Amino acid sequence: MCLAVPAKIIELNGDDAIADCVGNHIQTKTTLVPEVKLGDFILIHAGFAITVLDEEEAKKTWKLLEDMDTFNKTNNKVSG
Amino acid sequence: MLERINKAYKQIARANQTLGRRINVMEVCGTHTVSIFRAGLRDVLPDCLKLLSGPGCPVCVTDQGYIDAVLSLSERDDIIIATYGDMIRVPGRNGSLEQKTNKGNIKIISSAQDALNLAKQMPDKKILFVAVGFETTTPATAVLANEALNEGIKNLFIFSNHKLVIPAMEALLSEKNHRIDAFLCPGHVSVIIGSDAYKPIVEKFKRPCVVSGFEPMQIIIALSEICSQLADGTPAVASLYDAAVTPQGNKTAQKITNESFDIVDGYWRGLGKIAKSTLKLKEKFSSLDAEKQLGIQFIPEEDLSGCRCGEVLCGLIDPVECGLFANSCMPDTPVGPCMVSSEGACAAWYKYARRKRQN
Repeated sequence: MCLAVPAKIIELNGDDAIADCVGNHIQTKTTLVPEVKLGDFILIHAGFAITVLDEEEAKKTWKLLEDMDTFNKTNNKVSG
Repeated sequence: MLERINKAYKQIARANQTLGRRINVMEVCGTHTVSIFRAGLRDVLPDCLKLLSGPGCPVCVTDQGYIDAVLSLSERDDIIIATYGDMIRVPGRNGSLEQKTNKGNIKIISSAQDALNLAKQMPDKKILFVAVGFETTTPATAVLANEALNEGIKNLFIFSNHKLVIPAMEALLSEKNHRIDAFLCPGHVSVIIGSDAYKPIVEKFKRPCVVSGFEPMQIIIALSEICSQLADGTPAVASLYDAAVTPQGNKTAQKITNESFDIVDGYWRGLGKIAKSTLKLKEKFSSLDAEKQLGIQFIPEEDLSGCRCGEVLCGLIDPVECGLFANSCMPDTPVGPCMVSSEGACAAWYKYARRKRQN
């Protein structure tokens, strides 16, 4: 439940943001990271940005999510 | 990479020699449990290092009485239950929320803000927000409570059972029969509370507390750091997740949480009553407090018969040691919460380690 995903802020209006996570657009509140700017990379948990990340870290996690997705698909095939 | 793995093996061997027995490291966070399984780390780590899955899945530690209280409210026609998806399959004494969805009054939400939107969209209904989760999730509830109060929302009610990680870790170490040598500390909880939050545990219990992210190599390096500290007898706080975790954490999130909640004693599955471990809304949010406004009788209850989730959460047994595991308790028909949540230890063991057991 404490899962969080990195995303890039592509729209910012007050503390309402739209963030891009590998093509998925996520509605996000930035209330907890008031310093955030358009174009920043953030970590999103349950609809809220909880910290600002650097681009390298965000990309590392995206790769991890991609691997997880591939693994799950493969795993489901094996078990199914 | 190989060099780092070799280094980790050396540190594990050194710690094993120093302790003169197997090393027990508890991964507190359910996301770590899943990452470790998925990367196959349990299979490649030496037998002298045992990983224990801890109480880091909020669904899993939620007391049976809370779940039954939510279930009883779901029977009321004037109430809409707004809950994170993890909670709906948790069995209570009288079914689960999932089995009550036919009435259309259970809404799965992915953000606390969705509960506010539901309250605005359905002014003639009472929206009950099932507020569970650790420090990562709590600030969102705090923001929700403040917005709802400021906007004068009258039909939103927050049933808070938010939990604090540190008191649970201290409670585990205070048990006489615990077998925890060190903690692999949660990544995203630490984003909020900061790595310094573990200092009291190190000082009081002399146990290494190492924060890690979720990449397999980072977890290996964290285990190496833990074993190095154990071998040298120098327990300390360390963070390997510097990209997201600072020593002080997210001060904005901490401030709004502190301003919105009081810390009270609370009940945990498996751990019982833990002093100052649960968050309840402050008096100024009384109009939003579900317990005060909806007459909830929240009585702590014994766990369901035969279910050993409590012992699993305390690191006392592995899921396969429970008689229900993979028999009457399966992911599709869970008996205990650790089989419900994808981050629950039993669900992770079922998904990744069951075949090995069958062999």
